[in-house]
Amino acid sequence: MLEFISQPWHWSISGLMIALVMFLLIYFGQRFGVSSSFRAICAVGGAGKFIDYFKYDWKSHDWLFLFVIGAVIGGYLGISVFGSPDPVQLSAATVQDLGALDIQVPQTKAEGLGFIPHDIMNFQNLGTLSGFILMVVGGFFIGFGTRYAGGCTSGHAITGLSNLQLPSLVAVIGFFIGGLLTTFVLLPLILSL
Amino acid sequence: MRLLKFLIVGILFGIVMTKSEAVSWFRIQEMFRFQSFHMYGIIGVAVVAGVIMHYLIKSGQLKNLNGDVIQFADKPKTYTASIIGGTCFGLGWAMTGACPGPLYTLVGHGYWIILVVIASALLGAVVYGALRSKLPH
Repeated sequence: MLEFISQPWHWSISGLMIALVMFLLIYFGQRFGVSSSFRAICAVGGAGKFIDYFKYDWKSHDWLFLFVIGAVIGGYLGISVFGSPDPVQLSAATVQDLGALDIQVPQTKAEGLGFIPHDIMNFQNLGTLSGFILMVVGGFFIGFGTRYAGGCTSGHAITGLSNLQLPSLVAVIGFFIGGLLTTFVLLPLILSL
Repeated sequence: MRLLKFLIVGILFGIVMTKSEAVSWFRIQEMFRFQSFHMYGIIGVAVVAGVIMHYLIKSGQLKNLNGDVIQFADKPKTYTASIIGGTCFGLGWAMTGACPGPLYTLVGHGYWIILVVIASALLGAVVYGALRSKLPH
């Protein structure tokens, strides 16, 4: 059983499991939307004293904190108990494209799991302009953008689309405009800095 | 007990994010380069299953665990916010290779550098909150 779960999951299984997570949250009286946690964390941190947006009943989101803590624990279990035998197996075309940008894709577990690019995402690199942009500016865009759009991949792309919400479709189009712009225009520029 | 079930669903979510490889910066690059069906398959199956689920819940008047009939709130029709905010998120998604769920999951993998990305995301949320009344929605 453990061996069965520990192999990399087929995308159809992963998709069904995400739908199951969404169903459980709805059945428990809540909804599936991870980026709401940013607002809740800021509100707990006292941002509501200065900014009205954070002056809301965050205690009604107490369940979201537990969900987020669970996601961290689940991440730990996902590699320690259910870890795949090999790093992420990417398409050859992606390995080649990233290689052209001097980003090595791990081929063995000793080189990495293939979850984060260790060459560019590390503490030393925070001091460089390219590292700062990719990690700090990139993170800033995630928080700013998801709160502006009112949702992220879970809230818009999965929950919103499956409830046939037009604003969610518009948001997902935005996700791709931004993602394609970074991938094909900004990333090569940033890495050349 | 009221909150414990959310911890358990969160653990399931973290395992799913890890095993699906949706946490992978490389998978996100592969997706935006249209070089694999993997991420599209995951999101596509989740959405199709979700459409069926929403239909069944609505047509069956299904009740939640608290005994209330499940109702779905429509997303606010703020299309300008959707497109501009969505584009900003997309820029960050492709830079960091992670959306909010995977960010938390990656911390569980022991990648402490991700805490810097999360702190930056919280700062972004604060700045949105501060500028909210001035931004077009």
